[in-house]
Amino acid sequence: MAHSKPPLHRPLSPHLQIYRPALTMIMSIVHRITGAALYFGTVILAVWLMTAATSASSFAVVHGFLGSWFGQLILIGYSWALLHHMFGGIRHFVWDTGRGFGADERHLFAVLTLVGSVLSTGLIWVVVYSVR
Amino acid sequence: MSDATSMKTPMKRVRGLGSAKTGTDHFWTQRLTAAATMLLALALVVVLVSTVGKDAVAARAVLAQPLVAVLLLLFIVSGIAHMRIGMQVIIEDYVHEEGAKVIALGLNTFFSATIAVVCLFAVLKLSFGG
Repeated sequence: MAHSKPPLHRPLSPHLQIYRPALTMIMSIVHRITGAALYFGTVILAVWLMTAATSASSFAVVHGFLGSWFGQLILIGYSWALLHHMFGGIRHFVWDTGRGFGADERHLFAVLTLVGSVLSTGLIWVVVYSVR
Repeated sequence: MSDATSMKTPMKRVRGLGSAKTGTDHFWTQRLTAAATMLLALALVVVLVSTVGKDAVAARAVLAQPLVAVLLLLFIVSGIAHMRIGMQVIIEDYVHEEGAKVIALGLNTFFSATIAVVCLFAVLKLSFGG
């Protein structure tokens, strides 16, 4: 390795705690948090699929848990995280084209991400509860 | 160290430490898997909602349908590839100690691979029976 010099203790750039919270900043943080939540939530998908493939009785147990109020709470949260991450991702796609970096546009994107994720999550669950 | 009398040029110290030539790989893969996962997730939401209220046997029958199985397989591959890169970025942002970082990055791959194989195996088993 070419580490010929000991590391210098240069000042680091300030992190989250120094800034006044702004909606754009919160949506950025939430994008990362929902991503991490979706990551660990794949365990639910794996268990659901694996029990479905294993036996009707074990699948019924998982199905029953997901149908309970606690299971429903997890699924509603998970679907919101997925949709919020999706809208945040669409926002990133716009930024990838070099557009949408103005202050007003960034704020609009932040609002749309939040409103879009809440409304679409609500829509899905209204459909779910009306067909079940 | 190269001083005025040394035959070594500064080039000696930087050779082999340059770009790995894969600089935009993760960026581009993350965009492609994002687009794919988004489209597949929207299709699968319809499938999942259609299993609501069904008993276990009927729900399993839906998952075993060829088109549903293919969508699920694509979704798993795309989604897991996406989340692995995403978690790698998070780890690299927050874990600076070299040993812990290497371990965390390894665990990230182990977790992603395990979830992927379990999901893929389950979907294939549902389709092919046995």
